Amino acid sequence: MTLPALDRLFPARPERLCDIRHAVAETASHLGCSDETVQDVVLAVDEACQNIIRHAYGGAPGDIVVQLGRDDHRLVVRLIDFAPPVDVAKVCPRPLDELRPGGLGTHFIREVMDEVDFVTPPAGAGNMLQMVKRIEEP
Amino acid sequence: MNVDTREMNGWVVVTLAGEVDLQHSPTVRKHLMELMFERRDVAVDLSGVVYIDSSGIASLVEAYQMARKGGNKLVLAPISQSAMRVLQLARLDKVFAIADSLDAAMAG
Repeated sequence: MTLPALDRLFPARPERLCDIRHAVAETASHLGCSDETVQDVVLAVDEACQNIIRHAYGGAPGDIVVQLGRDDHRLVVRLIDFAPPVDVAKVCPRPLDELRPGGLGTHFIREVMDEVDFVTPPAGAGNMLQMVKRIEEP
Repeated sequence: MNVDTREMNGWVVVTLAGEVDLQHSPTVRKHLMELMFERRDVAVDLSGVVYIDSSGIASLVEAYQMARKGGNKLVLAPISQSAMRVLQLARLDKVFAIADSLDAAMAG
């Protein structure tokens, strides 16, 4: 990803998820994504930000940097937080044959995105989640 | 998000509209669970839901589990396209009782 089309810092709070979703939807649409792709990316970003709020920060105050850009036919999303590094081995979707309320967010992310990886964060940051969605040409 | 509740033919119709996300799903959960504790038959109208996330789906799952234990009914009817997409992603479209309309929900 060259210069991201969206590069904004948001407070890691549930009431700001709405702002994050709208910023991501507007940018993804501007970058040429279909309505369906926009919906998928918005869901993935929202769920990933929830994980940062609930698990990485554990409800404590913090910030999330949301970056979004296009690299040829790939929409690249990066979410950067400043929480302690997460144990990546513990971030995995649960089996769907169990009917229980929680644990669906990671499944949604992996279902709608083509690539999901924790990558080396920039200096001073805690974690960086990179997600990629292929953009189909109309 | 808006939550509207009304009585209809002995059922409670809970209409959710707008964005059901982490900020608002605790309200939905509390409301539905109160009705489940009262063992009411409930139809949840999701036709006005433009966005629902895993926390919103979790509220519906918890209420559905309570309904099964209590012997009362919980039916989703009708459902917006975006809410149905998320239910399908969770493979829950075959688990929940789903109807095309409120009339169909109450007749089932």
